[in-house]
Amino acid sequence: MPMNIFLAVHSASLIEISWTILFCAVIAAYVLAVFRSNRTYKPWPMRRTLCWIAGMACALAAVVGPIAQRGHEDFVYHMVGHLLLGMLAPLLLVLAAPMTLVFRTLPVKQARTLASLLRKSRYVRFVSHPITASFLNIGGLWLLYRTPLFHLMHAHDMLYCIVHIHVFMAGYLFAASMIYIDPTPHRYRFLHRAVVFLFALAGHGILSKLIYASPPAGVDPVQAKTGAMLMYYGGDLIDFVIILILFYGWYQHKRPSVSALRASSQSQQS
Amino acid sequence: MEAKKKFNAQNLWSGILLGIGFVSFIDEVVFHQLLRWHHFYDRSTTAAGIVSDGLFHAFSWFATAGAFFLFADLRRRQAFERTRWLSGFLLGAGGFQLYDGIVQHKIMRIHQIRYDVNLLPYDITWNFIAAALLITGIYMIRKRPANEGKACR
Repeated sequence: MPMNIFLAVHSASLIEISWTILFCAVIAAYVLAVFRSNRTYKPWPMRRTLCWIAGMACALAAVVGPIAQRGHEDFVYHMVGHLLLGMLAPLLLVLAAPMTLVFRTLPVKQARTLASLLRKSRYVRFVSHPITASFLNIGGLWLLYRTPLFHLMHAHDMLYCIVHIHVFMAGYLFAASMIYIDPTPHRYRFLHRAVVFLFALAGHGILSKLIYASPPAGVDPVQAKTGAMLMYYGGDLIDFVIILILFYGWYQHKRPSVSALRASSQSQQS
Repeated sequence: MEAKKKFNAQNLWSGILLGIGFVSFIDEVVFHQLLRWHHFYDRSTTAAGIVSDGLFHAFSWFATAGAFFLFADLRRRQAFERTRWLSGFLLGAGGFQLYDGIVQHKIMRIHQIRYDVNLLPYDITWNFIAAALLITGIYMIRKRPANEGKACR
């Protein structure tokens, strides 16, 4: 009988309840901060709060409930969870501008201390670099699907937990290193980010095709093919949103000054 | 004059990028999804083929988005030149289709145009159309040298 790698009993309740409480607490903290800072500053945009709640809900759906449970046996569900946890949730959370909210909520003095800590920290500088963030994100996925890690993860609950936290955090770091919604202490030029992003997206697509061609050990080949195509096209879709936001930043940055516009229209008339 | 030259290039690039994006969009929608002639993966694909496909697939998204934003930038500066932009579009579309037809299909074997048929007429048509687009693009750009004339509008 072939060894079933998914035999690991899913000790549902306790872990799932703790995750749910944690995510609800993070949502509550955000909403509280919005109310608190609205007393001093102009109203916080509702869409950001909605992004935060939707992002947390996506991440929660990936670790708790039917998708997470079926993901243990079915690679297609595993991949749905991966797209939610590693791509869609991070993008929504970045759009919710949590750091901006933190700075708005903290007293000025502490906010300044935090800002200078972030600016001076060599660790923050290192991990938030687009190339580092890409390696942590896409490189992590290569490790997961191209080494025995995928097999091991389903046998050890602790490892499963660590891998999922990594996928989520690396996904956030990656999105935040590409699109600057929050104040970003270490900024990189548009072209620099675009080129790194291109290679990261290509790395994601190439990995999907490799999973399609030769699935990780123990994964049903039919499920692997559907899952790989889901990864390929789902990744495209979410990354295209990031690309649009990235280019929109360029478009705003390159806005011609009023005098330049006037000069160009005059030269056309003459 | 310097500024004028800069927008010449931007017109051309906006066209080239949209040409590449347009061809890969047609490829994906018509040949992969609707007709289902192209396969997602072909067992004879080389490693270089997977890498090339990954890079170009990713790039086509950038090209499409980038082309539209470059276009919008030209419009707000009133520097859009239709002929130049169109010649760029043909260059991008023809160039990418030729690369796809010769290098990706034939040399790297990422997939064939269609399966279980005589491929020759398909390959000839594919690459002939590509070459025609490319040559028209080159002709248009030569007919209208970079430093000649004013914007169309």
